[in-house]
Amino acid sequence: MDGWRRFIRDFSRNRMAAGGLVFLILIVLAAAFAGLIFPDGADEIDLDNALRSPSAVHPFGTDPFGRDLLARVIYGARISLGVGFLARTISLLLGLFFGTVAGYFGGRTDSIIMRLADITFAFPALLLLIAVMAVVSPGMISLFTVLGAIGWASMARLVRSRVISVKEYEYVEAARAAGAGHLKLAGKYILPQCVSPVIVVYTLGLGMIVMAEASLSFLGLGVQPPLPSWGRMISNGIVFMRSAPWLTLFPGLVLTATICSFNLVGDGIRDALDPGSKRIAARTGKEGMIRGRLQQGL
Amino acid sequence: MAGYTLKRILLLFPTLFGVVTVTFFLMYVIPGDPALALAGERYDQQTLDNIRKELGLDQPVIVQYFKYLGRLARFDLGRSFTTGRAVSDSIRERFPKTVILALSAMLLAVTGGVLAGILGAWGRFPWLGRPLMGLSLVGVSIPVFWLGLILIYIFSIKLSLLPPSGYGGGSVRYLILPAVTLSFASMATIARVTRSGFLEAGNEDFVRTARAKGLGESAIVGKHLFRNALIPVVTIVGTDFGSYLSGAVLTESIFGWPGLGRYVVQAVLKRDFPVIQGSVLFMAVIFVLVNLVVDISYGFIDPRVRLKEKD
Repeated sequence: MDGWRRFIRDFSRNRMAAGGLVFLILIVLAAAFAGLIFPDGADEIDLDNALRSPSAVHPFGTDPFGRDLLARVIYGARISLGVGFLARTISLLLGLFFGTVAGYFGGRTDSIIMRLADITFAFPALLLLIAVMAVVSPGMISLFTVLGAIGWASMARLVRSRVISVKEYEYVEAARAAGAGHLKLAGKYILPQCVSPVIVVYTLGLGMIVMAEASLSFLGLGVQPPLPSWGRMISNGIVFMRSAPWLTLFPGLVLTATICSFNLVGDGIRDALDPGSKRIAARTGKEGMIRGRLQQGL
Repeated sequence: MAGYTLKRILLLFPTLFGVVTVTFFLMYVIPGDPALALAGERYDQQTLDNIRKELGLDQPVIVQYFKYLGRLARFDLGRSFTTGRAVSDSIRERFPKTVILALSAMLLAVTGGVLAGILGAWGRFPWLGRPLMGLSLVGVSIPVFWLGLILIYIFSIKLSLLPPSGYGGGSVRYLILPAVTLSFASMATIARVTRSGFLEAGNEDFVRTARAKGLGESAIVGKHLFRNALIPVVTIVGTDFGSYLSGAVLTESIFGWPGLGRYVVQAVLKRDFPVIQGSVLFMAVIFVLVNLVVDISYGFIDPRVRLKEKD
């Protein structure tokens, strides 16, 4: 419990990370209570008020159908965040399973799983996403399933390397000697040691999934209209860039702030969990490596 | 070193084989009948059967798969459903344009990123560190397509300085905005890593040794610090290559750049599967090859890497 308290203290001392967390909490609350803030929903068409510039009534202005852009951005947060959390959780479960199996059993099982991970990494991620989304029927479910499935590899690699080092620890050897089975060894003694790096990568990955989802929606391969999605709002705004730049500006600002916050919170969690990790990561270039992978949407 | 290089090259084959297999089966599971798509609105059973035969769709999967491998060996990627053009011809025509864009972006990212990183780490301008790092934080978080649109709004619509889109027959003016857009995220990462690399390398034993033996500050920075701080930069240039290819897809679409990325997006919108399959496969192979080169050169620069591989 003491470690938990120290974690809270270290995390909240990091003002950037705390700021990111506050923003995320605000946007999650807004998305959750969108129905209370905008009882009319995000799809109410009001052609008399089309393309109004930002004002007190419509802080983000209105779109070509007279729909309130702020309402659409907040309803859009449901899609972006919902897809993000679901996709990351799928990656997490797949990565935990395959990573543990690979690291724990080693040998041929390990090499097969890691070759599969190599093949997943061999595709530039967004390109693979685009190709898969072109094949499956578009929609919310296929979107988060595909995003989640493609992210399995980086999570599995992380878990595997952690499992390999933890399984050599003396207490694990002792438990094995005491007759603990595979399931108990992995579940009770090894996996808890993987929690902190997994949390960090889960959070950092959230930002990148939100970005990937927006990119796909921007290309028309994400959730389909009339569901409001940030990427699609931005692409719909392009035609009106000259006359109504707010249509591209505001959804993009909220999108960038959300991704930024996930990154800040992820970095903050990492530093608070393990103060030494930042230095080691910088020295080995690991930071860049993880980020490079994540940037591709993994 | 030779052993390390050889091992890397051998590992390439299962990966490439996997990539080919994945792209084949990805397109094999397409819902609907590609023959129907080709036949168009008005067709009779005879035409349909002919097309099926021509594409080999009447044969079992495994036969189709091996025929596919055979065609790949002759660099035959099939023909576009919509234009009938050979996919390999289109790739040959468009890929150089993507390379121009990606290389310019990479050059920008490395020079800008290393410069910003050094400025951020250097004690001379302490006030520069925070804003630079703040900017680099935004840089890794900003979606490439939105950044592109904002740049178009500022530099094309408001200031009328640069053209918003097109290739302009290779004129540099058309290259600037897309290249800056594509480079931004990578530049930000490089700036961060260079800065922490320099700050860290300053505390390393070999730097203390160099100081102790009386080496001048400039020699320390130039000879020891630089090399060590730049190792992570090489990694990033390599790992980011995938995001250049992915980013090029979005950047090219926004700026109407006639490269491979835009080709893929247009094909996706038209459900032109041979084009999607061929270009995704091509880009993945390029990506794998570049990663191989990066891995090997990484072993050359940093002896610790190849020693670790031996264990």
